[in-house]
Amino acid sequence: MSLTVENLRVYYQTLRGDVKALDGATFTLDDGEIMGLAGESGCGKTTLAHSLTRLSPPLRYVEGRVTLDGQELPIADMSRMNDFRMKKLSVIPQYAMNALNPTRKIGTIIRDLLRSRHVEADTSLQELYRRLDLVRLPYDILKRYPIELSGGMKQRMVMVVSTLLNPSLLIADEITSALDVATQKAVAEMLVEFRDRALVKSMVVITHDVSILYQLADSILIMYAGQLSEKASTQTIIRAPRHPYTKLLISSLPTIGVRHAEHKLSGIPGTTPLLLDPPAGCRFRDRCPVAFSKCSEVPPFVEVTDGHWVACWKESETHA
Amino acid sequence: MMKTKKGSEFLFFALRNYKLRVGLTVVLVFLAIALVGPSLARNTPFAYANPLGAEPPSGEYWFGTTTFGQDVFAQFVHGLRATFVVGAIGGGLGTFLGVLIGFTAGYRGGLVDEVLNMLTNIVLVIPTMAVLLIITAYLEVRGIITESIFIGLTSWPWVARAIRAQTFSLRSREFVDLARLSGMKPWKIVFCEIAPNMMSYLLLASILQFGGATLNAATLDFIGLGPTTGISLGLMMNNAVLWGALLLGFWWWFVPPGLAITLIVGALYVTNVGLDEVFNPKLREM
Amino acid sequence: MRRYFGRKLLVYGLTFFLAVTIDWMIPRFMPGDPIANMLSRAALNADAARILYTYYTHAFRLDLPIWQQYVNFWNALLHGDLGISTYLFPTPVVKVLLRAVPYDLALLIPAILLSWLAGNRFGAFAARTKWLDNTLLPLGYILTATPYMWLGILLAWVFGIILGVLPIAGAYSYSMTPHPSWLFVGDVLKHWFLPFASLFLVQFGGWAIGMRNMIIYELEADYSHYLEALGAPRRLIRDYAFRNALLPQLSGLALQLGVVVAGALVTEVVFSYPGIGSLLLAGIQNQDYFLVMGCFLFIIIGVLLANFVIDIAYVLVDPRTRRGMTGETG
Repeated sequence: MSLTVENLRVYYQTLRGDVKALDGATFTLDDGEIMGLAGESGCGKTTLAHSLTRLSPPLRYVEGRVTLDGQELPIADMSRMNDFRMKKLSVIPQYAMNALNPTRKIGTIIRDLLRSRHVEADTSLQELYRRLDLVRLPYDILKRYPIELSGGMKQRMVMVVSTLLNPSLLIADEITSALDVATQKAVAEMLVEFRDRALVKSMVVITHDVSILYQLADSILIMYAGQLSEKASTQTIIRAPRHPYTKLLISSLPTIGVRHAEHKLSGIPGTTPLLLDPPAGCRFRDRCPVAFSKCSEVPPFVEVTDGHWVACWKESETHA
Repeated sequence: MMKTKKGSEFLFFALRNYKLRVGLTVVLVFLAIALVGPSLARNTPFAYANPLGAEPPSGEYWFGTTTFGQDVFAQFVHGLRATFVVGAIGGGLGTFLGVLIGFTAGYRGGLVDEVLNMLTNIVLVIPTMAVLLIITAYLEVRGIITESIFIGLTSWPWVARAIRAQTFSLRSREFVDLARLSGMKPWKIVFCEIAPNMMSYLLLASILQFGGATLNAATLDFIGLGPTTGISLGLMMNNAVLWGALLLGFWWWFVPPGLAITLIVGALYVTNVGLDEVFNPKLREM
Repeated sequence: MRRYFGRKLLVYGLTFFLAVTIDWMIPRFMPGDPIANMLSRAALNADAARILYTYYTHAFRLDLPIWQQYVNFWNALLHGDLGISTYLFPTPVVKVLLRAVPYDLALLIPAILLSWLAGNRFGAFAARTKWLDNTLLPLGYILTATPYMWLGILLAWVFGIILGVLPIAGAYSYSMTPHPSWLFVGDVLKHWFLPFASLFLVQFGGWAIGMRNMIIYELEADYSHYLEALGAPRRLIRDYAFRNALLPQLSGLALQLGVVVAGALVTEVVFSYPGIGSLLLAGIQNQDYFLVMGCFLFIIIGVLLANFVIDIAYVLVDPRTRRGMTGETG
């Protein structure tokens, strides 16, 4: 097991109370697995990312355990986590376009960063060049300032910087959201290549765009309103989802070649619940077409078939 | 409906903000002294009340007396009034001009903007005190209103700059385009859509302008180019130094006026920071 | 970058032009004969007055059309002729001013530079912990709100009168004449210290507060968060934030020059320090028109030069301006 998350609860502190943004996440990630993490805005996927990489106020750790390569991660302790950051666990943030200091040359930023992490910059230079080749960036980019780069170039540069020390786990947070479709495909392919060359062991790719996951992820974890809904291999999620939410989500995706007259696009009526005071039990209950009485209790995230996990009373009942 | 919700949210934070409470309290205390003080003072500022000349604070003369036997407390409270008048008028005028020029430049753009921007930069570069000195030196008779007006006329550039930048960014926002598309008249767009978004900045700017005007006035008065009649805090300090209060150790003459200005302006700055925290959620500490 | 400097130089050129024009215009808009007006207010004996009247009438050439008078004025200016001081008759104004300039530079340059450097460091330091922030920051506010002349008076009173350790008037002891020796240098420094200190302290407070606000803003920026996410030590993050926060502080310095000049003016008055400020005041009090206008021009030129120096420094420090993307508007 590369990554194990057990019952992780992280809340947002606000003046009106705690927003239960991540309420009981339990899942595992194998070595070499690229897991997509998808869901609507506010479902808790970025909270999960932040919990692992930068758990600071207003985020508040409530309970849960995270283990990476057998070691427990002290996610609630910002300073102790530094030992793991970049080396074992790294992140490509949502704000990658602005992640580089605008007044420093890129090469200087990398050198300062490595030096401060007690890694000799000079020995890594060859490695750095190899990575730049991988993302198709010219070597002279190291002499440039971030403002001279396009958005896509900055994105790829951040990909290189974040993975420079070969982390076991890479979290990519909405890295394709601001890109055009062609660049999205290129970036997705680069990510897969990073894994294939063992530069990164496993990945969590966070996005609200399920279609990109189809191209790059081995498995997909669907979240809804702070809770986990379903996790299975990409093929299973797309072809044979079991959770009602996942089913509706997949069917709301347009398919190329299909016309509106033939097959209407369906949305999911209703809105996500506010997490300040969420409803008890399954949070999808109010919008679920097959909800019944048992749904007022929180459904456990159980493995219904090999490698396929669902949190739904209906589904687990069918297989009981 | 959004506006009232926002308004009450601001009030909630405003009341809880420590800096805002402290700063505002200090300013209001001085304002109260300025309003009520003159009626409490037993003498008029220039009357030669004490035949013994300069004396330290006592029961009879709360702030002591000057070399000429004038009641320092009386001078102080009247001077405080003058300070508030100049701060309000000078600061108010400066804010008004800054908003007018900055907004026009930002909203109209093009040549109007180029010209106004050049004007702003020029006035910004010129050291205002030098200009104020020259102007006031040539006026035979100067009143407090005149002083305020001149201060206002020279202190607007930084406000204009900031308002211009804000107007630029607001002007191109979608909700303004929407208003324009729906056929809203320009002045209505200005008042109903754009202005409310700048309100918070206007308040902050006014406070800083008030403080700046107070300091400028004190400087002018100290050099002797303040109003030719009346008393002010700067003039008190001028007289004190002129008549050797420093050498003779008459601290009660020069300490209170400067201290008052320091406290008022300092409180205004702190209030400003507090308000900034209220308006800008990022700065609020949990 | 050419565009950046081009705009700045245009503003400075126009400002100078405007200043000179104001200089020239003001006595002409006063009622009556400007020269007689001037001379009647100056305390001169009849002979001197007659000489000056002839001189000025010739200098002003009031018989000439207005535009020609204006051109003549510029002509004289560019030849370094700013007229003759009536207060310090018969010394030419330029000579009087040049005597005073070194004292101003000695006071202003160290005060501005040191307060900017120290204030910024202090502000960044105060922003480190909540406790430091709450205890040190009020000091900054008090200092920056203090009127320059009052601080000068207080310092003079405490150190000059009560403690008696430092002198409070003049640039050097009246009993001394300027001569190269350590004794003289020491004496000059003793006289210099209090005016310098009062200029330094007020500005220091302002920069400390400004930097504290800027650095908090920079520490919340995306690039700071990214460094945190990659496990960079606080030291590196703070260092990056500090360097970036210095940029707006540098452009803020240019905006503060006018205020500092005003502060120097009153400080010189308090300490009878023989700089341009003292001269300006003397000129105003003695109705010495040429001296006043000369001071005004010198101050304007000084401020414009300082602005230009800061502009150059800014371009050197901020790579974005060099690459043609300015961070500031206008």
